Amino acid sequence: MLRNTKVMNRFDLTQRLVAKLKDEAVVGGIGFSNFDLWASSGGQRLENFYMLGSMGLAVPIALGVAIAQPQRKVFALEGDGSLLMQLGCLTTVAAQAPKNLAIIVWDNGMYAITGGQATPAAQAGTDIVAIARGAGIAQSAWASDEAEFEALVDQSLAGDGPWLIAARIDSERAVKQTPRDPVLHRQRFMQGMGVRGA
Amino acid sequence: MVDTTTKTWHGIVLDVLKRNEVRLVTYVPDNVLRPVIDGAHADPYFTAFAAAREEEAVGIVSGAWMAGMRGIVLMQTSGFATLPNVLASLACACQIPLLMMVSERGTLGEFNLGQALVCRTMRPVLDALGVEHHTIKRLDETEFIVDRTIRQAIGTQAPACLILSPLLTGGKVLS
Repeated sequence: MLRNTKVMNRFDLTQRLVAKLKDEAVVGGIGFSNFDLWASSGGQRLENFYMLGSMGLAVPIALGVAIAQPQRKVFALEGDGSLLMQLGCLTTVAAQAPKNLAIIVWDNGMYAITGGQATPAAQAGTDIVAIARGAGIAQSAWASDEAEFEALVDQSLAGDGPWLIAARIDSERAVKQTPRDPVLHRQRFMQGMGVRGA
Repeated sequence: MVDTTTKTWHGIVLDVLKRNEVRLVTYVPDNVLRPVIDGAHADPYFTAFAAAREEEAVGIVSGAWMAGMRGIVLMQTSGFATLPNVLASLACACQIPLLMMVSERGTLGEFNLGQALVCRTMRPVLDALGVEHHTIKRLDETEFIVDRTIRQAIGTQAPACLILSPLLTGGKVLS
């Protein structure tokens, strides 16, 4: 499955995702995952949370949002290296089985932001979708190309999760950087979640 | 006020969590915390579940708070020692009132050298990060400390840590 998937571009796919969203929450993982989310949203979307640290916690944070607001769909955008740091969270997601959670994994097989070093998973030929299925997230799939990525996002928006969508991506760096203001991002996200007034 | 003459420490903790609308209880299991964990599972008011690692539980409770649901992370001393990076870069940096409850091992009769050593890192880490922490030693102070710590954390949007001393819980001893 992995070898038949097209190598795509994270910024392009993030833009395709954001274009489909209304009030869904999105948690952007550390580094390029949240940088491209920021750029794709023009920095304007209040329902986005930008993780400036805590590597590996995009999925757990998104799970917390999903539990607190079961009526809202929540996406976690996480890199393959970040997910490897916190693989156990896939079992927690499977155990809680939130219907409103979708995990998107950007897999370039490397730690792109630190100089492109290969992940151990890349060296081993590890299949992240197989890990997710093995963890108990049955609705896990590779997106073989951009059209299938969009179809899988549509499916996750329309139906009950949890979902995991994995996309092979190239080694391009993010197009912009998210401003380094954690309190601002937290406050804006809470406004987006309707917890705080504007 | 809770009647402390008939209440257990864990009964008081659950009552005070409820009174402060702390509904989400995530934990990595610990023997001393078992009555709190069991009590939270038994009461439909709470959403209680285990995470695979303490960092994960911090992420879950932080996300839930940002979306309007209060929670707490339960762990033992060695689990706390896995947390400094996420405390610094998520809870402290974002000003999230992350509530933590740690059952203290490593002191007052510890039999495991590793626990005794890692215990000594806990308060220095909390102090270095400027995280408010209180050690609960007495049953008659439990309600006040837990209640006020939760209120202050939420009121000031700052993480806080409650440490349960073996003086309160009996701790864990070699059988």
